[in-house]
Amino acid sequence: MDKEVLLKFEGITKEFPGVKALDDITFEIKKGDVHVLFGENGAGKSTLIKILTGVYQADKGRILFEGKEIHPEGILDSRRLGIGTVFQENSLIPHLSVAENIFLSREIRGKSGLIDWKKTYEECRRWTNELGIDIEPRTRVSSLSVAQQQIVEIVKIFSQQPRLVILDEPTSALSDNEIDNLFEIIRRMKEKGITFIFISHRMDEIKQIGDSGTVFRDGRYVGSIEDISRIRIEEIISMMVGRDLSEQFPKRDCEIGETVLEVKNLTIPKMIYDISFRIRRGEVVGLAGLVGSGRTTVAKAIFGAIPRQSGEIFVNGRKLQISSPMDAIACKIGYLPENRKEEGLILNKSVKDNLTLPSVGSFLRFGLVQRKAERRTVEAYREKLNIKTPDIERTIKFLSGGNQQKVVFAKWLCAQSEVYIFDEPTRGIDIGAKNEMYKIINDLAGQGAAILVISSELPEIIGVCDHIMVMHEGRITGTLTSEEATQEKIMHYALGGES
Amino acid sequence: MNKNLKSVKNKGGREWLSAFIPLVFFVALLSVLSPQFLSASNISNILRQVSVYAVMAVGMTFVIITGGIDLSQGSLLPIVCIAVSVVLKNGEGSMILAILAGLLAGALSGFVNGVMIAYISIPPFIMTLGMMNALRGAALLITDAASVETKYAPFRFIGTGSFLSIPLSVYIFVIVAIIGYIILSRTAMGRYIYAIGSNKEAARLSGVNTKRTLIFVYMVSGICVAIGAILYIARLGAAQPIAGQSYEMESVAATIIGGTSIMGGEGGVIGSILGAIVMSVIKNGMVLLGVSTYWQQIVLGIIIVIAVVMDLMRKKVASTKNS
Repeated sequence: MDKEVLLKFEGITKEFPGVKALDDITFEIKKGDVHVLFGENGAGKSTLIKILTGVYQADKGRILFEGKEIHPEGILDSRRLGIGTVFQENSLIPHLSVAENIFLSREIRGKSGLIDWKKTYEECRRWTNELGIDIEPRTRVSSLSVAQQQIVEIVKIFSQQPRLVILDEPTSALSDNEIDNLFEIIRRMKEKGITFIFISHRMDEIKQIGDSGTVFRDGRYVGSIEDISRIRIEEIISMMVGRDLSEQFPKRDCEIGETVLEVKNLTIPKMIYDISFRIRRGEVVGLAGLVGSGRTTVAKAIFGAIPRQSGEIFVNGRKLQISSPMDAIACKIGYLPENRKEEGLILNKSVKDNLTLPSVGSFLRFGLVQRKAERRTVEAYREKLNIKTPDIERTIKFLSGGNQQKVVFAKWLCAQSEVYIFDEPTRGIDIGAKNEMYKIINDLAGQGAAILVISSELPEIIGVCDHIMVMHEGRITGTLTSEEATQEKIMHYALGGES
Repeated sequence: MNKNLKSVKNKGGREWLSAFIPLVFFVALLSVLSPQFLSASNISNILRQVSVYAVMAVGMTFVIITGGIDLSQGSLLPIVCIAVSVVLKNGEGSMILAILAGLLAGALSGFVNGVMIAYISIPPFIMTLGMMNALRGAALLITDAASVETKYAPFRFIGTGSFLSIPLSVYIFVIVAIIGYIILSRTAMGRYIYAIGSNKEAARLSGVNTKRTLIFVYMVSGICVAIGAILYIARLGAAQPIAGQSYEMESVAATIIGGTSIMGGEGGVIGSILGAIVMSVIKNGMVLLGVSTYWQQIVLGIIIVIAVVMDLMRKKVASTKNS
């Protein structure tokens, strides 16, 4: 077990105004490992990656890569050194083909100086074949699924022959079989001697793919894990949060009342067909299914963000004419979108402005916003949801993901919604914050709200919901109660299985 | 360290500083270079000139905060002048009605811009560029390329009169600025304007009526142009159909110098007013120093580009410091 050391961090320290993002970090990564970085959001993983790729410069400390001290000055520079990075948001150009993307800025030219397309496509196939991937080099990237695009991104990095590849939450937008596919590719690359740094918040998959790991907390090194397969997830979690999370999914005990939301025969041709369900007071209903099965479309259609072809929506027995989010909000429906940064938040505005955006009309007197009343309300939610921000005037992009998500939750609490639609409510946030989200959901249910939760994380949907509906290709293929639900049963329906 | 935190916190309200520093600089420079610069008559002259631009810049600020632009501002000016002149008939008609007719013309033009941009999703640049050409053509067509006049003294007083030895037009632009400031900072509509400029989809999913808000800002721009046009024709007593040419560029420049981001989502009217004053001071200074008008155009162009570069640099500094 004496593998040679590929990368070593020595006393890395990085300070930002007001926070010590990294404090004297020292650890090493062995060659050929998939090395997992553990830690809650804000623990310092991203900062460390940014120092490794030269986006930031460390205040103190050294990085030794293959025994030599390196000082990367940016992503391109780190790539030259042999460190490839697959970004959370992929960096492909949608209108170009797969091959064009892979060889972007390294075009293969013929003698004439023009691009040698034949050779480009050959080279492209050579790299994809090597990883056992079947993608036609001429395909436009925009016509690929998110998962396929990510694979193209990985091929692109792979073709640059790196020794170390950084994967920062590569699976957050993937369904389970797509993840298996990705892991297969990672294993192939490992066989070719490539080392990985892997960041993910999904504990189950870390067990599958990770070899070794390092745990961070609040910018400090907590400990190293030599062999991930020999450690229990609970142990890692308690290292990360510094306490035992005995109950990952807090229990809920609330009375279920009359129907609040009823959806009948919701249809949008080519997207969703004949969706009918009801949610009662105090009930949490889950909507599971693979990415692209139409879950988000259902949510957005109820919320009026996508026009629906046919179907009826009732709230408290009253039929609604919803043709825009404005109408839905007026009917006390709140929607937490799956992409927090693109759809949920106004990133360069303050916590306060974001929190009251849907409800700012309720703070008006003589047409002017009553700032004191508004501030008082926002402070109340800040305290209630434990939103960590130095100030409610703080620009929201400077908050951690979990705290940002709490603001989106608070937005709809403040709008006094009765029906909540949570689309991937815990995506990209750490375990501690996830736990708080579940508590908020339980509190809301306790207060008599009707809640729809969409999630790709099966343990979460089973742990949080009373009922689970499973979608496949735009239709509900099965409904399970939380007692009978297992990951296998959900997957069975999600893949189109019969009841 | 504390200082740094503070600058993050107040980032929303200090954009106007970006216009204040050049203003102090140019005022200091010109008072050294030209003895006439600080004379009462010259200052009053600058203030009268600046009124038109400042009012238009307030409207432009609303539009630019939503991430748009209104290139039709300059061409709308003669149209408003025509409307005022036709209704006023040199004093035979009602002055109030003439002013209302001018405001209505401005609001209508803005309404058309807003509806096309909000409902048909025409890029603001293209829509208002088309409007710019159409209005200029209309002005030439209606007047047969001749100038329109208003000789009625009480109306002229708006542009030429003073109160407490400050030009009346200064009071008007200050009132417009205050109203603009209140709308942007204290009303729900103001929130929506910033929200749309920062992230239109998130705003829509938060229940913001994006279409109504867009129509509103273009109407504000049109009405501001109308107020500016009324000040213009009241001061000069006549307007050519080619009047107001390239005023939209001055207005954009004033807005950006004032710290409003060309990308939308950030900014405010106080900065734009200061920006308009900076522009007028520079132009006035060039006249006093005998710089040719052609050079003035070149300088204007350079200033716009510098202002945008500064905006981008501000953003870059802010994001590397705090991410």
